[in-house]
Amino acid sequence: MENGHETLLSVHNLKTYFFQDEGTVKAVDGATFDVYPGQTLGIVGESGCGKSVTAQSILRIVDRPGRIVDGEITLCCASGAEIDLARLRPNSKEMRAIRGTEIGLVFQEPMTSFSPVHTVGNQIMEAIRLHRDANKRQARERAVEILGQVGIPKPERRIDEYAFELSGGLRQRAMIAAALSCDPRLLIADEPTTALDVTTQAQILDLLRQLQQQRGMAIVLITHNLGVIAEMADHVVVMYLGRVVEQGPVDDLFHAPKHPYTRALLRSIPSIESTPRVKLPTISGSVPHPYSRPSGCPFYPRCSDFMPGTCDQQEPSLQPVNERQKASCFLYQDRQKASDE
Amino acid sequence: MTNNDQKAKSKEQDPNDQVLLDVRNLRKFFPIRKGFLQSVVGHVRAVDDITFYINRGETLSLVGESGCGKTTTSRCILRAIDPTEGQVLFRLDDGTVVDVAALPEREVQQLRCKMQMIFQDPFSSLNPRMTLLDIVGESLLVHGMTNRQQRMDRVAELLHLVGLRPEYMRRYPHAFSGGQRQRIGIARALALNPCLVVADEPVSALDVSVQAQILNLMLELQTQLGLTYLFVAHDLSVVKHISERVAVMYVGKIVEMAKMEEIFYAPRHPYTEALLSAVPNPDPRLRSQRIVLEGEVADPANPPSGCYFHPRCRYAKEICRVETPVQKELSPRHFVSCHRAGEISLRGVVMNKPGGIEK
Repeated sequence: MENGHETLLSVHNLKTYFFQDEGTVKAVDGATFDVYPGQTLGIVGESGCGKSVTAQSILRIVDRPGRIVDGEITLCCASGAEIDLARLRPNSKEMRAIRGTEIGLVFQEPMTSFSPVHTVGNQIMEAIRLHRDANKRQARERAVEILGQVGIPKPERRIDEYAFELSGGLRQRAMIAAALSCDPRLLIADEPTTALDVTTQAQILDLLRQLQQQRGMAIVLITHNLGVIAEMADHVVVMYLGRVVEQGPVDDLFHAPKHPYTRALLRSIPSIESTPRVKLPTISGSVPHPYSRPSGCPFYPRCSDFMPGTCDQQEPSLQPVNERQKASCFLYQDRQKASDE
Repeated sequence: MTNNDQKAKSKEQDPNDQVLLDVRNLRKFFPIRKGFLQSVVGHVRAVDDITFYINRGETLSLVGESGCGKTTTSRCILRAIDPTEGQVLFRLDDGTVVDVAALPEREVQQLRCKMQMIFQDPFSSLNPRMTLLDIVGESLLVHGMTNRQQRMDRVAELLHLVGLRPEYMRRYPHAFSGGQRQRIGIARALALNPCLVVADEPVSALDVSVQAQILNLMLELQTQLGLTYLFVAHDLSVVKHISERVAVMYVGKIVEMAKMEEIFYAPRHPYTEALLSAVPNPDPRLRSQRIVLEGEVADPANPPSGCYFHPRCRYAKEICRVETPVQKELSPRHFVSCHRAGEISLRGVVMNKPGGIEK
């Protein structure tokens, strides 16, 4: 596993709630995971599982009425100091310095995350001039260089174009360039390829992997696509309704999944190599509405291993199942039968 | 419509009455207008001379990247937009063949009860101000079922068919989840007992755990009602699961069309090969040596010379730059448009060793 690597980012018991008139939405409800330098952590889950809000919490850009109510987000800075991001004020000087220089973010929709009235270059240069001591000309040189690094042809011309003039793939490359312009040590990519075609997706994933090798940065890759996770991640966190239900190295997760949700999810996806035109095993029902969240284990109404009296009464916590994997399920906690193989 | 008077019905019997839909040389060009007088300066060749057929009870999938013309094709078939050129021959139950592309508007409306559509986005395709009864029953009303009780019975039957409780009939779409809404969309499409259902990306907006439910439902309904599907999708693993035959499109043309197994395990067109290898495999042990296509999809308004795929093709030779390839039938019912289709050997899907995922 990590062989005593220092963690770069450690999220512990993070809780981000949205307080609304209709009730409180517990978007993230006790998420715990670590990110190591140079590695890729995949966060996978369905819509509404809190994976994007987790990313927003790390960067402290959760929109109101959302608020971090509990937990620690410890970032180990380049200087060696440890900062708890959850304690900082979202608009404080320290937090603004961390965004961009320590942590970069790539959004899902590059069309909406770029301003339509500024050129791509302007927006990248803005970030560079904010964080680095650079004049206009130096910032422009740096922007051209970084656009070239992410594989945009003729960067010195593209820099003066607007986001709508670029194709989907190029736009996402420009987005990555903007995120990397100040050499962050952690890149959070929130569904970076969801809006793209498979061939473009392959290009972008390739690019991310290359950049990671060159710069040794850590990546938190958030996606709902298990294929992308299998392709990219070293470690995987599976989330369901704001909680981490399973965590482990990518190979174990795909070949020996522990949590019933992970197992069901893996079985239900039509794989490119599964038998065609037969009934797929499904997970019954759908993700519950956040206001009507079930008591006990959030997955129990859809779970095939539901144990009445236990799962609907108590909440399981994330516990080690074996030396590599952790799962949040009573199957492994009550009976202490970790090895079901 | 151009020729309203010219009826395109023919009573002649086709020798092969298995064919439900026969699309011949279909073209759809969108004009590009510029300047003060809006003069036409060029055309976007969204669909450029495609020919295919679908047998009764079969599922044909159209796959390709965005902008390759798959949605335009399906819209032309339903006459939601008028094709520029070509024939869309549709066989009615009594054996007569109708050219949908040449029918006057009024008759198209009559025909639409035989061909229906399932849309991609279950959130924007249902009117939030209509109850399920209105949404599903609307087409029944349009096609003459004026008795309210009769309509309610039929809607209840349809909701039951797609796995929703008939009591939900009076509710509005906002009360349902994405998967349930897609079921409503399917119920609406099935209201008039269509033969052909065009499904445009029916599962791509859904959660992974719900996709399987909808795919299962579509397969079930197909056997139960003898439906024919034209399935438009970009997700190849979904396409592989549901289709019998697959047509791969690139910049408005069909580059390869064959049985599903042949497309996936023995592709003959370099684009199919690249597309297959780009799909991320949900198994970390198979981190593939992917073929990453360079560059971008060609611009359908200004396509490259010769074979449209040649600037991105690893096998391109001189002839590909100059000459447009014609569609050849390499083996029975396996159509490829590639100059080098016979000479090169391509890689299909790599099969996993059995027992991959622990059940």
